[in-house]
Amino acid sequence: MKRYTIDPITRLEGHGKIEIFCNDDGDVENVYFQVPELRGFEKFLEGRAVEEASQIVTKICGVCPGCHHMASGKATDAVFGVRPTSAAAKLRELFFMAHFVHSHIAHFYALAAPDFVVGPTASPAERNVLGVIGKVGVEIGTEVLKQRRIAQEIQALLGGHQTHVVMNTPGGVRKGLTEDERKTVEEQAKGFVEFSKFSLKIFSDVVLANETYVDIILNGPYSLNIYSMGLVDENNKVNFYDGKVRVVDQEGVEHCKYAPEEYTQWVAEHVEPYSYLKYPYLKQVGWKGFVDGKDSGVYHATPLSRLNASDGMATPLAQAEFEKMYETLGGKPVHATLAMHWARLVELLYSAERALELIQDPEITSDDIQAELPNVPNEGVGIVEAQRGTLTHHYWTDEKGIIQKANIIVGTTNNNAPISMSLKKAAQGLIKKGVDVSEGILNMVEMAFRAYDPCFSCATHSLPGHMPLIVNFCDKDGNVLRTYKRDK
Amino acid sequence: MANEEKPKLKLAVYWAASCGGCCVSVLDVHEKLFDVVAAADLVFWPIALDVKYKDVEAMPDGHIDVTLFNGAVRNSENEYMAKLLRKKSKVLVAYGSCAHMGGIPGLANFTTKEGIFNRAYIESESTDNPEGIFPQTEYEVPEGTLEIPEFYNDVRSLGQVVDVDYYLPGCPPQTERLVEVFMAIVTGAELPPPGSVVGANDKTQCDECEREKSENKTIKKFYRPWQIKDDGKTCFLEQGVICMGPATRGGCGVRCIVGNAPCRGCYGPPPDAPDPGSKMMSAIATMIDANEDNEIQEIIETIDDPAGTFYRFSLPASILRRTIS
Repeated sequence: MKRYTIDPITRLEGHGKIEIFCNDDGDVENVYFQVPELRGFEKFLEGRAVEEASQIVTKICGVCPGCHHMASGKATDAVFGVRPTSAAAKLRELFFMAHFVHSHIAHFYALAAPDFVVGPTASPAERNVLGVIGKVGVEIGTEVLKQRRIAQEIQALLGGHQTHVVMNTPGGVRKGLTEDERKTVEEQAKGFVEFSKFSLKIFSDVVLANETYVDIILNGPYSLNIYSMGLVDENNKVNFYDGKVRVVDQEGVEHCKYAPEEYTQWVAEHVEPYSYLKYPYLKQVGWKGFVDGKDSGVYHATPLSRLNASDGMATPLAQAEFEKMYETLGGKPVHATLAMHWARLVELLYSAERALELIQDPEITSDDIQAELPNVPNEGVGIVEAQRGTLTHHYWTDEKGIIQKANIIVGTTNNNAPISMSLKKAAQGLIKKGVDVSEGILNMVEMAFRAYDPCFSCATHSLPGHMPLIVNFCDKDGNVLRTYKRDK
Repeated sequence: MANEEKPKLKLAVYWAASCGGCCVSVLDVHEKLFDVVAAADLVFWPIALDVKYKDVEAMPDGHIDVTLFNGAVRNSENEYMAKLLRKKSKVLVAYGSCAHMGGIPGLANFTTKEGIFNRAYIESESTDNPEGIFPQTEYEVPEGTLEIPEFYNDVRSLGQVVDVDYYLPGCPPQTERLVEVFMAIVTGAELPPPGSVVGANDKTQCDECEREKSENKTIKKFYRPWQIKDDGKTCFLEQGVICMGPATRGGCGVRCIVGNAPCRGCYGPPPDAPDPGSKMMSAIATMIDANEDNEIQEIIETIDDPAGTFYRFSLPASILRRTIS
């Protein structure tokens, strides 16, 4: 038996590890994806004041702190039985759109683009964001960094702290927006719309115009026939900040649509002894192991699943791109894992358009940003879409609002089983008897998980972009016969 | 920007038990990223680069000029990497609150490994684990043995595991402070003695805060932030809201206070008071509007979760002991 150990995979938040086992013929027998880290936030939130939670949980992830801040803020609203004022809700959503813009830009250019703009089997020395800049030009590279910086600045303006935002209070936000600030952000949001359109054009010119890439997306070993999850508004349009969680099956038929407080009826988590990360699944379907199909409760929560689970986008330009994507890929739902990259750009355009709508809303400069808190705190659930999947925070407090229990299902955790399965499928499709397991082949295995933009990956903010890789070829007794190292 | 006659600085950035926010703070140099890459060779940075543990192990001792180590020491892998990078680095910097004092993950020292495992894998309302499975450091599957690091009972700061040359505080450090320290190193400016805090001020947050303060004793009761209507102008403490400003170094640009949120102490205690809790208690004592001991006691008891607030970022490195299992 040959064993390929990929450890550490970098650009994970903390560390990730992949074990690929091949039989003596060289075909892949099994693949294990392990997350070797746990910090225990749910436990040490106990005893803390509930309004502090939204500032503690940002430290779950410094890449998507705004998502935890929003889900926690909404859970805290629910604990107090209050809804934020209309202006406060709009300010929160505006912040959140800037958060999506920054994250989706970083993911596409620093992480995804190297595989497509430079090429999946290009030299690893080239296959990084600097290589992308080499292909598209320094001017565009600088523009990418600039747009991400502006998105960060908007978050700092609204949220106080540039990374670990301090915006939310129960029923409101701490700070309003002045008219001068509004005008600046309005121009910046217009810039986001243009930049998003430009990004979709790059995708179209570089990826869609290349038959090889389209073939990899549609016919490569990157497809899972699983359920799709996403938050939708009252018209079943994609919404990141508020709404109900909708799940559709492999044919696009609605499996469920639940309010945040109903999540335990629909989602459960499975435990495996070789990883610290749990495996959520659809409770009504059940955990059947790492298999796809309608009888398996495995689902994904990604840009693609959000589009699959919706009836469209709530803004006009994004809706047109939504229609173009499904038309090109053969109708809805799409199960091609690599189409997540395209869906992410459709979402980028939506975030930009929605940010512009919000900043042009006359109410955005209102000072009515704090609702009254008439109720005794007790229990509440808050759900938003993180860039990397549906994010659920659930708190129970005593009558003083001190947390007694907490339960959190993080965006990427939803995708733990799908990532494991995608890696196995990609490895099985690519590593076969007689195939020289080249660096390019191994990179194409990595592309299977990269599409998910996992949140334990800080890849979204990575500089040169590919995973370090050590592959040990071992005999049956585990003796290392040959070590393959990928060079820089 | 780099002096062409000098060899480029060899820089490493590593994360242990952290959130990635420290690495984001490095990336938040934005367009200056090109300058950083011109002045330094990044020789190890798992967020970004294809350099493996094996490559680090193969480096000669002292090969790396400066390592920015972020994250607390939560498990056996974190500890291994802390020791490895100490050996390979001329200068080891504890970068950010978690490496500096234990940080937010250090709040876990209020509980135990058993408590954390039970909550996560057994009690959690969404978890279905009838067989009571816990993650195992070694587990046999049909194809071989799978391993994951050992989760320790205690969280430790970097300085509790290896010798640290400098501490650069903050959750995460303000990017401007990093750039200042980085430029000082690149230009060969004289560095402070080992063990120093760099990239932060010796004065407290209160010295930089623009909120209005009076000299009067004003506190008759403590409030949670949502129990008052913050006027946006007056010192939080004078409004009765706990703010860690008096027990926290400046340097962050009072960023939370600018966002109308009270300070929670991520920059750590000022040089004259190594323990934030005792510093905070003495600061509060001077502000309480009471003279009788029992009255002072009653007012202090209106503070909810004092330990979790005063030691929000510093429990492992504090004089407070952990919860005994």
